[in-house]
Amino acid sequence: MIALLRRDLRLALRTGGGFGLGLAFFLMVAVIVPLGVGPAPQTLSVIAAGVLWVGALLASLLSLDRIFALDYEDGSLDLLATSPLPLEGAVVMKSLAHWITSGLPLVLAAPVLAVLLNLVPNAYFWLILSLFLGTPALSMIGAFGASLTVGVKRGGLLLSLLVLPLYIPTLIFGAEVVKRGAMGADVMVPLAVLAAITLGTWAALPWAAAAAIRINLR
Amino acid sequence: MLQGADLTLSRGGIPVLSGVNFTLQAGHALILRGPNGIGKTTLLRAIAGLQPFDAGTLTGAEDQIAYGAHADGVKATLSVHENLTFWAACFGSKGVDRAMSAMNLDALSDRRAANLSAGQKRRLGLARLLVSDRPIWILDEPTISLDSASVMLFAQAIRGHLGQGGSALIATHIDLGFAAEVLDLSQFRAKSSTGAGAFDEAFS
Repeated sequence: MIALLRRDLRLALRTGGGFGLGLAFFLMVAVIVPLGVGPAPQTLSVIAAGVLWVGALLASLLSLDRIFALDYEDGSLDLLATSPLPLEGAVVMKSLAHWITSGLPLVLAAPVLAVLLNLVPNAYFWLILSLFLGTPALSMIGAFGASLTVGVKRGGLLLSLLVLPLYIPTLIFGAEVVKRGAMGADVMVPLAVLAAITLGTWAALPWAAAAAIRINLR
Repeated sequence: MLQGADLTLSRGGIPVLSGVNFTLQAGHALILRGPNGIGKTTLLRAIAGLQPFDAGTLTGAEDQIAYGAHADGVKATLSVHENLTFWAACFGSKGVDRAMSAMNLDALSDRRAANLSAGQKRRLGLARLLVSDRPIWILDEPTISLDSASVMLFAQAIRGHLGQGGSALIATHIDLGFAAEVLDLSQFRAKSSTGAGAFDEAFS
């Protein structure tokens, strides 16, 4: 299973692998929003948490269709499904590889970009923590959506429509953590719910995704 | 070691084969023949576990099969050696170097798979079978885009596999140059009238 993770990371980092796509998108959102909204620091600091979370969510969405579609097209998915590797484990590893290449860079870049949006200083820690806890859920939910649309050519639109509603709880609680953190209020409740969503998706969705892939391979 | 009894299969809801019986012994190869569309690929995919049988029983397939499909599952941005190492790790085996030399890939070891010719890619796909360490090889048109020298090389690899007590089920139209039983699938063609009749009955 580690071999699959390493292969996926290596593929992502090589030419055409899509590493940096999400990060570049995230960067553009954070740079463009102040230009569109106007430079007033008051306004920016109000919307900063929401904009950063929406940016992270859309950036994660960009690379979802690659999770299984590329392996489906070149036949690797058939071969993976017939290999000794459990398909559920393959889903976990591919989601993890997606998070490392698209979610983790966002977590690391967020504090830098938050400066552009004039985020309140005491919210930085909560921004990083909420993204760190929340983005794995985005990758796993996305992998589930990708497994449902794996046989569909140009399934990007369908994938987005399926996945976006499932992203909403993560977005709401993630942004809520940062907002409460900025106000100095208690963040435990949204933080706990955010962590629960991530743990729940990683516990349940690999089975659902593997089942969907098996049906799509028939 | 692999036995199918009364297997019935459909593809996209249309019945293609019914009542397929075969037995594959250790050390033997079985060649599937039949016209295009008879269901060779469907049968092989079902035996590999990628789709269910409508009826019948298959025994001996569990964790024994290495499947070689039309597509080789080769990653274009990885080198030949990296591709093979991945599959070896997947199957928990070690014979990467042996498989490379058996399929005459040594000279291409560090080349990116994107720069391989179709035949070289095919050889890489077949080398994957050698690193799988599985006793039953299920091969779907394995010789496509291979030149005659590579076909000989491949036939030799299969003979070696059979010699070690393995077995192979191969859909192919060319003569691989070793003794093998032939299973002609045309005799098992599903009678399409049964499907259509049931449909009419339900709506009449």
